[in-house]
Parts: sequence; structure tokens; C-alpha cells
Amino acid sequence: MDKTFNLIINGVGGQGVITLLWLIDKAAFAQGYDVRSSELHGLSQRGGSVEVHLRLGKKINSPLITNGKADLIISLEMMEGLRSISKAGKQTKFLVNEYALPFQGSLSLQEIRAKLDSLGGRLRIVPASFVCKEKLQNEIVSTVYLLGYAVANNLIPIKKESVLEVIKEMPEKYRDLNKNAFNLGFSNGK
Amino acid sequence: MLKKDVLLGNEAIIKASLASGVSFVSGYPGCPSAEIGDGFAKIAKENNVYVEWSANEKTAIEAAIGASFSGLLSLVNMKSFGINVCSDALLPLTYTGTKGAMVIVVADDPSCWSSAQSEQNSRAYSFLGHFPMLEPCDPQECYDFTKLGFEISEKFNLPVILRVTTRAAHQRAIVEFEDATGKKTAGNFIKNPHQFSTMPPRTLEMHKELLEKIKKLSAYVEKSKANKIVGSKKSKIGIIASGVAFSHTMDALEQLNLDMSILKLGFFYPLPEKLIAKFIKGKTKILIVEELDPYTEKEVASIAKIANPKIKIFGKDVLPEVGELNPELICSALAKITGKKYKKFTVKDLGLAKRTARLCEGCPYWYILPTIKRIAPEGTIFGGDIGCNMMGALPPHSMYDYMFCMGASIGISHGIKKASPNQKVISFMGDGTFFHSGMLGMINAVYNKSNPLMIIMDNRITAMTGHQTNPGMGKTIMGEDTQELQIADIAKACGVKHIKVLDPINIKELEETVKEFLEKDEVSLIVCKRICALLARRMGIKQ
Repeated sequence: MDKTFNLIINGVGGQGVITLLWLIDKAAFAQGYDVRSSELHGLSQRGGSVEVHLRLGKKINSPLITNGKADLIISLEMMEGLRSISKAGKQTKFLVNEYALPFQGSLSLQEIRAKLDSLGGRLRIVPASFVCKEKLQNEIVSTVYLLGYAVANNLIPIKKESVLEVIKEMPEKYRDLNKNAFNLGFSNGK
Repeated sequence: MLKKDVLLGNEAIIKASLASGVSFVSGYPGCPSAEIGDGFAKIAKENNVYVEWSANEKTAIEAAIGASFSGLLSLVNMKSFGINVCSDALLPLTYTGTKGAMVIVVADDPSCWSSAQSEQNSRAYSFLGHFPMLEPCDPQECYDFTKLGFEISEKFNLPVILRVTTRAAHQRAIVEFEDATGKKTAGNFIKNPHQFSTMPPRTLEMHKELLEKIKKLSAYVEKSKANKIVGSKKSKIGIIASGVAFSHTMDALEQLNLDMSILKLGFFYPLPEKLIAKFIKGKTKILIVEELDPYTEKEVASIAKIANPKIKIFGKDVLPEVGELNPELICSALAKITGKKYKKFTVKDLGLAKRTARLCEGCPYWYILPTIKRIAPEGTIFGGDIGCNMMGALPPHSMYDYMFCMGASIGISHGIKKASPNQKVISFMGDGTFFHSGMLGMINAVYNKSNPLMIIMDNRITAMTGHQTNPGMGKTIMGEDTQELQIADIAKACGVKHIKVLDPINIKELEETVKEFLEKDEVSLIVCKRICALLARRMGIKQ
């Protein structure tokens, strides 16, 4: 891969964005890429909109993605997915969790969906939270499910094996859960 | 043995400190620096490092000064505003100098991602106190410059400030580092009042000694590899960049397909003046890329008066002084200077409502803020403080009439009561903030016969920054048992006459107490004690 790959992950503070970022960073590093990501903690994290950037390629300088240059946007929440359309380029693909955390000023699900649908073939909406809750009794790993889905559909230049290797570095009590979520996302994505 | 891994900037600082032989770590948690203390706590025992969360940044620096005078290597960590709190103890430290090497991490937050009170540029402290200051651009430099900081401190007996920003401290990237383990080092205070006591006329001698040290350090900085020149040597237009703005500049040049000569400054203070003079000679234009105030730009302008008076200097005329920089802003600036075309991406306004931060589900503050807003008489003034209680300023509460810095809610409410005695004032504050600096405001209000109502929202931990221990918990950062300081006992000892400790889930009791205390002629205090909901869930406490 010659070109830098630009990934934006957004959602609501507390949805597990940072763990997902760490997982992709480590997998990219294992695959020999240069990688940089930028994250936010604290005030910006408590239930507000969160947007983090991850870039991988031959040589990365800035940890920030210039507006319009994202290759993929993974949204952990539908309204936040919609919000990120404003910064997307014509090439930007979207992988959106079919999950809503309403707040004062939220649009209705139908409205969000209708607006997202304008993206056409660049959009995939996946019921990650729903499936993870049903099959794994845990919603937070929907982030890892989405990664499995993205890997299965070649939406991201990350290999299945490298993600599974990184999951082995997680604390033991979370390992199986994350592995299962990833595999589930991968097989449902195929 | 060298190792490579993906590290957060703050994790790289920990690795470098261990590799340098640090044995004393103190600090106060804040964003974006809190992972340093938290990270040290996890590895302190097996590495023989002493680590503490101090009551505030001033006590943190004082503790490190004691350790340094006893010969230990120390690391102090805090966010931007922390340096304001500790500056009183910090300024004499360059006069006395350090004995054991000391690095002070100060984490600024351009764009105020996790900060409220100001978009502080802590670089100015170097002018105030002659602190050697290094500015890393990424996690690798967080590692390299922390090590360099300890080396310089050791060599010149000066405390070194590592000034990081959110985009360096909270950036994850590949870092090459030495995976060192700490070894046990015992301190020993050898009496030397000549060096450790500031008292005139010795103070003036120390001032002179400091300036001599800085002179020697300046000569060292001229040769340091922390300042480097990259890119084409032939370009007539040059760039001087520092911190993460350097990384953005490299990205911008790539986007515009430009090759230019860049002087990357690792040192903010002292600046390598000769190197800068040499760099700008023969150039027609120079762009200074730095975040926030144009400190470097002003220094370069003064150097250019002699080195190259004809050079055209660009900086804050083409780049914003407010908010962090990014590659796009630098592309626009470069386009203006070089005449190269650059089409800025237009961000469409979708007219969506903003999703602001809010109190967590189950947060005990949900019982306090809406209740008090509802029952307080019309026109009551509400003062907010720093911490999770800041959410009181945001919807759905939107109730704070003023908000300043750590501990200020009570201090300011006293002033309002004195200026306008007939208005009711209620000040809010968390438990951590009370111990940090709120206690002093309370003492001042009692001493000066004021009568605001103080609400301390005691959620049993310093929550906002990621659950750090504080003096009210009975636990140290290492999880060891310690004295559990009682807020009500402290208030009583400070002369507060009307004190009530309650569980805010008892809304009626809270309502009645607020009504009663608002009529008092003296300072009154309600301690609303209930554990942070996230902490309770994590600890498996049923609520």
C-alpha cells in the first residue's frame, strides 16, 4: 500500500473508542506500517461527541486527518455517523453501527437513516450493538465487531490474523469476549 | 535493550523516566497528563519508584524539591493550569537549582479539548523563571526529550520543563525505547543551606549564578540535536516550527508537494539564537509555525534585525493565534506565502444539534444540581468549579453564573456576598477540588465574616480525570490505606458553624437544608456524599 490510509472513528464518550484505536494501532504496527493516532480524554469524553483519528502507511507525519481525506469513517452511533458526513470526501466510506444514543436535539431514526442513505454504495449500516448484546451479552465489544466486519470487507488494510494476535495482549478476562466479537463481525461481514 | 512498540506520548514519558533512573514521582491529575501518574502507579512497586498524587500541584513540586535536595531523580506531572498553582515554589527552584535531576511535565491543551478556564500557553513561564523547556512533537520525542531533560538537569542542576500538548501526550505512535527497570535508590539530605535557602543578599547572588548557568546552557543548546534542520537546503523560503505543529507542517508540505528548509526547534528556552541567525541568512521569507502566542516569532524578529534585516517574517498574520493548528491551516498559510494554489475543503453545515458532555447515567450529581436549581429563590447566584461539577454549566442544567479555576467557586462567592449582601450565592465544588485549593477560599470566607452557602459534591474520588485518589478517600495512589480526611471535620475546625453531611438521594433533606442555610449570617456548608456511579459499578457496589 503506497497511499496513506486515513480512518476516523466517532461516537459518544464512553463507547470504547480508545480500545478500538489501540487495537488497530497495534495491528498496523505488526503489519509493518507506520502508524499514528490521536485521541481525547477527560471533559471531551464524558457523554459528548468523540472523534479520533488514525493514520497508517509508509511514513506518517501529522496524527490529524485533513478534512475530506478520510478513507473510512467508523461510527459507533448513528447521529454521530451523520455528523461526520460534513467532513467526508467523495471517496470516504462509512461503516455505521445501527445504534442510537438519543440526546436533546437528536433526530428521529428515520430522519437519520434517510440522510445517511444519500451516501448510496459508500454506506454500510450494521447492527453491531444489537448482535453483540444478543450473542455475547455485551454491547461495548460492538467496536471490535465492527472492526471484524471492516476487515472481512476489505474496508481497512488490516489482516484478521494481526488483530487476533493483538487481542492476545489484552487482559485475560477480556480476551475471549473480544476474540468472539471480532470473529462474529468477521463472519457476519463475509 | 531497545524495543519498539506503539505507545501513547504519556507512556513514552514513563519509559524514558525509568530509563533515566527516576525514583520519585509526584503530581496532580489533569487532562492531558493524568496517564503519567496513573501509569507509574501500575509499575511503581516492581521498579522501586515512589509515586504519589499530591494534594495539589504546589505540594507536588515541593515534594519533588525535597526529593531532589536529597539526591533523588524526580518527575513531576500536571496539566497546564497546574504550573500556575505551583509557580510560587517553582520560581525559587531555578535560583537554588536542583541536586537530583528533575523533569516537570506541563501538558497544555490548545483548543481546550479537556480544559475550561483558558487556552493557556505555559511556554511563557520560561521567560518568568528561566526554565529550560523542551517541546516534543510526538511520542518518540516525548521519550527522547524526557531523557534529554534528565541529562540537562543533571548537567546544569536546573529543573527542566517538558511542555507537551494534547496532540503529543495523547498521540499513539511507534516508539523506540529502552525497556528499563528501576533500581532502589535511597536519598540522603546533605545539609547545604548556602544552596538550598533563598535569603538576601544570597538571593541576588543566586540570580547571578542562574544567569551564568543559562549562558552555559545556551552554548550547549546551540549544538544540541534536539534542534534540527530538515528538507531542501536550497529553498529561499524557510520554516521554523515547534511541537506537534512541526508534524503538521511536514504533512502540509507533502500535500502541497513542496520541499522547503525547516528548522525544527526542540528547545523553546533557551533558543539556539546563533543557529536561527545562520538558518535565516540568505532566505527571503520565513514562516514561523507555532501554536497559540507568537513567542518564537518575536524572538526570530529580533534576531533577524542583525542577521537578515530584509527577510520577510510570516507567522500569526497567516496562522491563527486561537485554537490548535492542523495541516489544513498550514497549507493555507504556505499557499499565501508561496503563491501555490490550495483549495480548502468546505465543511458543510448540516445544522445538527451539538452533543455536549454530560453527567454519566446514575451520577449522584443528578440529585444535587436539578434540586438546588429548582428550590433556590429567584435570582440566586450559582458558582461552578472544576471537575465533573462543570457539567452544571451545560444543558440540561445550564445554571452556573460564573466558573473559574480550581477552588475558586467559594472564593468568588465570598466577594459577591461582600459586594452585594442581599443576593443569595451558592457555590459548588467537588471533593478533590476542596482539598486542592477550595479549603483556602472557605477559610477566607469564614475569617472575613461572609455568608455564602457551599455545596461540596463529594463523590468519593477525583472522577473527571479518570478516577484518581484524593485525601478524602483513605487510599493512596498505590491503593494503600491512609488517613481519610473528613471534609466536615476540616470545615468545623476552620470555624464553619452550619455544616450538614447528607446523601443527596434524600432530596427532601437536601431541599430543607438548602432553604435553612440560605438564611444564615455565617458561611454554611452542605457535604453531599455519594459515590461516583462509574466507580460504584466498577467496584461492584449495589446502589
